[in-house]
Amino acid sequence: MGLIYPRESALAHPSNSFEGYRSTAKRHPKRPLVILPHTLSEVTGPVYGHEIVRPEDADLTLQHAGEPLGERIIVSGRVLDEDGRPVPNTLLEVWQANAAGRYVHVADQHPAPLDPNFTGAGRVVTDDEGRYRFVTIRPGAYPWRNHHNAWRPAHIHFSLFGPSYLSRLVTQMYFPGDPLFPFDPIFNSVTDERARNRMVSRFDLDTTQPEWALGFVFDIVLRGRNATPMEEPHDD
Amino acid sequence: MTDGITPSQTVGPYFAYCLTPKDYDTREIFSADLTTPAIGGDRIRVVGQVLDGDGVGIGDAMIEIWQADPEGRYAHPADDRARGNSGFAGFGRAPTTPDGMYAFTTVKPGQVPGPNGKPQAPHIAVTVFARGMLKHLYTRIYFEDESANAADPILALVPDEEARRTLIARRLAGEAEPTYRFDIRLQGEGETVFFEA
Ligand SMILES: [Fe+3]
Repeated sequence: MGLIYPRESALAHPSNSFEGYRSTAKRHPKRPLVILPHTLSEVTGPVYGHEIVRPEDADLTLQHAGEPLGERIIVSGRVLDEDGRPVPNTLLEVWQANAAGRYVHVADQHPAPLDPNFTGAGRVVTDDEGRYRFVTIRPGAYPWRNHHNAWRPAHIHFSLFGPSYLSRLVTQMYFPGDPLFPFDPIFNSVTDERARNRMVSRFDLDTTQPEWALGFVFDIVLRGRNATPMEEPHDD
Repeated sequence: MTDGITPSQTVGPYFAYCLTPKDYDTREIFSADLTTPAIGGDRIRVVGQVLDGDGVGIGDAMIEIWQADPEGRYAHPADDRARGNSGFAGFGRAPTTPDGMYAFTTVKPGQVPGPNGKPQAPHIAVTVFARGMLKHLYTRIYFEDESANAADPILALVPDEEARRTLIARRLAGEAEPTYRFDIRLQGEGETVFFEA
């Protein structure tokens, strides 16, 4: 199966220059981008699957001797292409702050506690139906220095490969109903409301486990459409 | 059908302990050394600096590269030309140092097919991620000592000589291993040519 990559699909992405997000000012090209034909170099891409992950990679609450503090959650969903077809056997890398809104990263100076039982990095590979699932702790909101009283809504960072170099995606998953949404320039850098809402997970009672953890569902749609749509068989 | 793709968001400043965790106790699955014991061809290093619009090195960037093997074949199902069993995956990832430097060890890629059956000059596909970038940027590394550059269909899309030069890595003299220098300037004087892919 070959995929095509319509250019208009990429219009969902934010612009690299977004005034509200200060750090973009010196980090975006000012020359127009050169339109690149999709050659073999673009329609191929790194292929990494089940051989690269370990079971504990998908449970961020089991990576240390003790249990991390915070609200245990289960995040699951499907990785799909634009036609809604599952993207199987593809790697997701996730990273996040702990329940107090603090990252393990050395550069994070937010005066909130580190949790010795939580690193906040995980990996998971989609199954044959494009499904993934990992267990973690609900991350806290955290302050940043973009503007006065700036706080990031709670989010989990996602990195995905998909079928080619053109489907590569780094994004953030948000939680439904976050009161910080109207104030966050990174979230609002996606100017189309429908596209923006595709970054918001939904609470799901079916994947919530009694006496254990809340379930959130986050489906991810990567670039790419089926090049040769199959004719539906007709019986009549 | 779907409503559309999931939009990109910045990789942010705190990705290293997951994506490039050399300095953390997280297991590293991708490296800046793409070579395998069985790979043939010419071993090379590619080094450079990632710079912002003020010419200051960007210390929280991540560079990913994707390339063909020395015979010009990609380790991917869409490339159906037969491959040897070299284990060469063709993908590498490197963080930048505090002053914005990155370095890869790899092999010189071969020529790969291009549009209308024309071969492309040896090149490496590059993606750049950083705090302050809401989506990654695509560029390409070509090599200054390749005569095939003159006929490359992608380089031909950049007629301005000075701009085209930003896509061509310079061979450094006096290095023990063949080393190419490829700086990435996100903005301003000598801005790198980036592609809409
Ligand atoms: Fe974050």
